[in-house]
Amino acid sequence: MTRPCNHCEGLSRSRLLHRALAEAGHGLPAIEPGMPHPAGTGLTRRHFLAKSLGAAVAVYGGSLLGLRAFEEGIAAAASGPASPILVSIFLEGGADGLSVLSPQGDPLYKKLRPKLALAGGAQLAEDDRLYWHPALGGLQKLYSEKKVTVLPAVGYTHADQSHFTSRHYWEVGATAASLRTGWLGRYLDRVGKKDNPLQGLSLDDTLAPALATAKVPVASISGPDQYDFYSRRVWGEVEQRMLETIGLMGRQPADAGLRTAGSVAAQVDRLRRQLIPFQSSNGISSPVPYPQSDDPFPQRLAGLAAMLAAGLPLHCVALTAPGEYDTHADEPTALTEGLQLTSDSLLAFQRDLEARGLANRVLVHVWSEFGRRAAENGDSGTDHGAAGVGFLLGTRVAGKMVGEFPGLQSGLDKDGNVSATSDFRGVYSALLEQWFGVDAAAVIPNAASFSRPKLVA
Amino acid sequence: MSSGVAGVAVWRGSFGAAQAERLLWRAGFGPRPGEAHRLARLGLEGAVHKLTHPGREHLVGHRPHDEKGRPLAPFDAWGHDHVWWLDRMVRTSRPLVERMTLIWHDWFATSNSGVGSQRLMLNQNQLLRHQGLGSFHELLLDVTEDPAMLLWLNGSDNSKDSPNENYAREMMELFTLGAGHGYTEGDVRQQARALTGFRNSWSQNSGPVNFRYDSESHDPGVKRIFHRHGRFTWKDSCRLCVTHPDHPSFFVQKLWSYFVPDTPDHATQRALERLYKASKYEVRPVVAAILRHPALYTGPRLVKSPVVYNAGLLRRIRRGIDTTAWTWLDSMAGQQLFYPPNVAGWDDTRWLDTATWRGRWWIAQYVLDRQALDPAHAKQPYDAEKLLDDAFRFWHNPPLGHDTRHALHTFASRALGDAKGAAWKREQYPAMVQNALRQLIAVSPELQAA
Repeated sequence: MTRPCNHCEGLSRSRLLHRALAEAGHGLPAIEPGMPHPAGTGLTRRHFLAKSLGAAVAVYGGSLLGLRAFEEGIAAAASGPASPILVSIFLEGGADGLSVLSPQGDPLYKKLRPKLALAGGAQLAEDDRLYWHPALGGLQKLYSEKKVTVLPAVGYTHADQSHFTSRHYWEVGATAASLRTGWLGRYLDRVGKKDNPLQGLSLDDTLAPALATAKVPVASISGPDQYDFYSRRVWGEVEQRMLETIGLMGRQPADAGLRTAGSVAAQVDRLRRQLIPFQSSNGISSPVPYPQSDDPFPQRLAGLAAMLAAGLPLHCVALTAPGEYDTHADEPTALTEGLQLTSDSLLAFQRDLEARGLANRVLVHVWSEFGRRAAENGDSGTDHGAAGVGFLLGTRVAGKMVGEFPGLQSGLDKDGNVSATSDFRGVYSALLEQWFGVDAAAVIPNAASFSRPKLVA
Repeated sequence: MSSGVAGVAVWRGSFGAAQAERLLWRAGFGPRPGEAHRLARLGLEGAVHKLTHPGREHLVGHRPHDEKGRPLAPFDAWGHDHVWWLDRMVRTSRPLVERMTLIWHDWFATSNSGVGSQRLMLNQNQLLRHQGLGSFHELLLDVTEDPAMLLWLNGSDNSKDSPNENYAREMMELFTLGAGHGYTEGDVRQQARALTGFRNSWSQNSGPVNFRYDSESHDPGVKRIFHRHGRFTWKDSCRLCVTHPDHPSFFVQKLWSYFVPDTPDHATQRALERLYKASKYEVRPVVAAILRHPALYTGPRLVKSPVVYNAGLLRRIRRGIDTTAWTWLDSMAGQQLFYPPNVAGWDDTRWLDTATWRGRWWIAQYVLDRQALDPAHAKQPYDAEKLLDDAFRFWHNPPLGHDTRHALHTFASRALGDAKGAAWKREQYPAMVQNALRQLIAVSPELQAA
């Protein structure tokens, strides 16, 4: 069964599902017959306040433990040896690899992309056919410092072109619809602690399915500055007094229903007060400037660097990049905006880590669920494709291109999509072995069948 | 307390506006201004009869529209399905019918995330509304062959050659008997065979179409279900579940839980089961008996679900649907209609946490937003008592407890006290205090649970 993809109804539903997953913490149905459940379906979630962090944390799984146990677990893990950090950045929607690294040196490029073909920009040192998207100055700079590994055509054979299914495969680290744990989640299940939810952290409103575990707790923190309580035409000291009244109404009532409502209001009040330091942008001080944006992404990265600097026991972190990558129409504008902010923010993050002396501990992995069709469509856009582009960032990356750009002549599959020259499961296996130092076979199904690129120097 | 119909206890205490208000919250979406007093005049029997026999529906108030004044497109536009139904809750003359529809939506929880068609979801909604107070047996039959349900629980993927047990399992586990009560894994498999035969086609443009019963796909063989043998069909499946000896206790317990937070005592439970069986599985008499039961009037308050809370605030100030924002606001508070979290429905015992409470704050803020007084121009008394009285009147005097009143009074007096030193503050603070009082009352525990 197929459905028309009018500006990708599928994507918005997939977003909704993933949001609902974390909101409700209940199981979710497949959105279409045969489509997989997002990893993490069915985990329970609780809010609690990590005192060491001062932020609202939603904890998934590990529900047998109390709040105090988490706080102690976080403190204990923080005093242990520093572990390597992997930051996963998701370009949601299927980023167009042929614009991110445009094959201007390929004779077929302009034919396939009469309207969208990019011209000029900086050439990629390792392949003179490829040029950096003009918005990716930040990545290009890091690349020139040998801090970026480029994967020009990463994916898997017989790529699924459903956003939902393909991202699920990437999230669970296998082309298996039935897996319910994320690939990072399964890693954490092996090495993680039962009382440290920060070991797997989504910087988002919702849990990234790649982090979904079966045994140990993981968490999500949306911006702690987003716990606000506005009321129109109430401001200043009146507003302050109004907010201070929230926890005072209906105290100690005899009625069970009122008691529930009253005690939640009291928790709301406590949480709100504890998040007050984060309400202004100077809650986090960074040694380098981050891009100014309405999008929370740069602030989240700034917060992440601050958390790492504070010694919080993070291990695997997941964020969604800003921007719209499901570019069925008007691709140039949408893509430029998202890539620019993503790349500038990642550059700032790298500089921040370097300034704080943390750069050797952190590796960033940028990925998308698929690339896009080589030929443009009639709407100045592109439709869903197969292999896409990926990056690894950090001072410890090997810095050598993984897989080659297959070319538009012989490198397209029968549907006109770029064929993969590296497999995401091989990338995961290499990260597990070279970055985390564990046996990939215990985490990635059939790990032995994928060749490992050298990713870590 | 004394025995009423079929030995079920009936509330014999006073039935004033407070009791009528509680009844309207449990059997609907709360009172419109003056409605509780009017209902109280009918007495308990009259009030319950009016709710359970509401006659033809008429919708009170303005037609719903989006923020630009355009009519809703519930079949097509994202989120319009939610506000379309919310409008029915706000404007209906048959609140119990809408409330029952909401209960069945939770009971037979179907999510558009799996169905992918607002039209099919709304067709199911109409079915639930139509059968809401009628025969549970008929309702189960209708739900079983409903296209949205067939898609949701793979009913039309279930065929003789490749059986799918999804619906068979849930119909017993969640809809009629309860997990592990009175059936075995063998029964699940046999029920799945009996339920074979439904099909549908897929169209490139319209998605799922042509729902039908195809006897070629049906497994005609002998099945063994609940120790009985026969060439059972899907209708037999429904009948076998409803007439199963364990069904009435499941039905009564589950239905009761939607109206009264505490579980029924043993005698009440048994009496309601007898009533249900004697009525040949009719819903109306059981609901009526629950609505008359003393536990509804003496027991603890029930935390409102987000849509009940939202519809209730709108009814209280006679505001109709003039924005589609309620969809995401109610979702933020934990309940987007047509998108229950899974086939077991919403968890009615866990509506409130620090995140969903914030959703309710925002619902209240949106309800109040357009009427917020402008501190620069609105003349309001520099008097805490008067401001408080006005705010209570704004919400048509909801019953607030002593603690809440005290907290509100303290807030108003202190905020006005802050204004003492400056003339401009004395001018502007009273209006702000009035706005704040309305907001605080709307989120007070008394308005979250009824």
